Amino acid sequence: MSADSNPGNHTTEHTNPTADGRELIRFDKVTKRFGDNTVLDNLDFTVAAGKHVTLIGPSGSGKTTILRLLMTLLKVDEGTIRVDGDYLTHEEKGGKLVPAGERHTREVRKKIGMVFQQFNLFPNMKVLRNIMEAPVHVLGLGKDEAEQRARELLDLVGLGDRCDAYPTQLSGGQQQRVAIARALAMRPQVLLLDEVTSALDPELVAGVLDVLRDIAHTTDITMLCVTHEMNFARDISDDVLMFDAGRVIESGSPDKIFSDPEHERTREFLSAVL
Amino acid sequence: MSELTWGLWQLLLSGAWVTVQLTVYSAALGAVVAFGIGIARTHRLWIVRFLSGLYMEIFRGTSALVLMFWLFFVLPVAFGWQLLPLWAAVLALGLSYGAYGSEVVRGAVAAVSPAQREAGVALSFTPAQQLRKIIIPQAWPEMIPPFNNLLIELLKGTALVSIMGVGDIAFGASLIRNATGQSAPVYTIILLMYFVLAFVLTRGMRVVERHAKAGIGQAPPDSGSGLLGKLSLRRQTAVTGDATSAGGI
Repeated sequence: MSADSNPGNHTTEHTNPTADGRELIRFDKVTKRFGDNTVLDNLDFTVAAGKHVTLIGPSGSGKTTILRLLMTLLKVDEGTIRVDGDYLTHEEKGGKLVPAGERHTREVRKKIGMVFQQFNLFPNMKVLRNIMEAPVHVLGLGKDEAEQRARELLDLVGLGDRCDAYPTQLSGGQQQRVAIARALAMRPQVLLLDEVTSALDPELVAGVLDVLRDIAHTTDITMLCVTHEMNFARDISDDVLMFDAGRVIESGSPDKIFSDPEHERTREFLSAVL
Repeated sequence: MSELTWGLWQLLLSGAWVTVQLTVYSAALGAVVAFGIGIARTHRLWIVRFLSGLYMEIFRGTSALVLMFWLFFVLPVAFGWQLLPLWAAVLALGLSYGAYGSEVVRGAVAAVSPAQREAGVALSFTPAQQLRKIIIPQAWPEMIPPFNNLLIELLKGTALVSIMGVGDIAFGASLIRNATGQSAPVYTIILLMYFVLAFVLTRGMRVVERHAKAGIGQAPPDSGSGLLGKLSLRRQTAVTGDATSAGGI
């Protein structure tokens, strides 16, 4: 597909090479509290470039918090996050880590794209402009180039004919597919998917998941995914992380986690959702 | 009721023109103040929020009439320069109605879903871009009905200037009353003149509101126009929206 965000590493179906295997995301001892409630507790984890990682676990276990921390929609209380080697919200000054300025964070954040549960398209812009606006005004792409790319991405998600619609004129599934195209238009290295089908009517889920499968299998974009669609998770994931109470209690290949989980807690959770 | 002569009518009509001018200039200033202060009150730095809040409290809490007198009579004594009465009035009305308007702006901005800002962050827009491209366009349709109220209040508030001898409708009326010695006909006439002006403003704001809502896909503009027609209508909308945001108070 056209959203080949990591040039030089073209891939074929069903292989997700790890690029050079470098760490794209690294959480170091990350703690996040909401009041007295510790949502993430000294969390360490890494995601290698090109991998598709799915976070599963009961609600309130901190999965979505991880995505929101990465997108800087929340602030870490302790610890650091690195994206492609750069600290996300810190800077090194004189050998010390200090909180980074807004500009530094914005630069690092450009490597990350996110698709939200509630789509969050801009209702004041038509579909095409929803997709073009950030590439033009954030990345500085030319209008023609951005438009051509936006149209390619809309074709990819099967909405090439809805360029001139307002978001409110689209179904939830269509809005979510536009939101995926909008995130990919920024050529992120990592795509965060936050329960992207949870707000959809059941008959619209398949269309969105098909688009994501297509992207997962034909590009080398790194994906970090929170979902309750276990079949989808099994389909696209290289690794599955089982969360409970702010910690990763088990991780491994989807086959292992879904077929032969070690932890009792994982078994309980899977039997409840499968 | 004695007949008003043509000369007296002319006095009222030129007064109406002054009233319209006062309303337009004060509204333009008020809109700038309302957006500036209203947006500053949502700023992430507390000092900006504090200072803009202070402005709002001071100018909302002082009488526009007293402010006008202060600008007209105290300023020359204190600083040695004299404003024309018309501009003293515009300044006083614009600054105080802008303070009211800033609350309208702040409320409408706060009412835009936080998820919209999050989407803006996720696309790495700067805070200013988020405001300009995402938040304000969505807040704008919500501001129009309360702005309409303020605009009509402002229109009627311009009558204060007659006290300083600016020749608006109310000033013309008091001249005529002094000349003819009759209150009933002239005050009935200017009552209607204010009403007609207010009504025209309201209708105008309705149109602006409908177009603004169409611009965020809430209420499509009248059907019957093809794609091209819709496009040109939208483009027109954008222009109307901008123009009125400068005169929206």
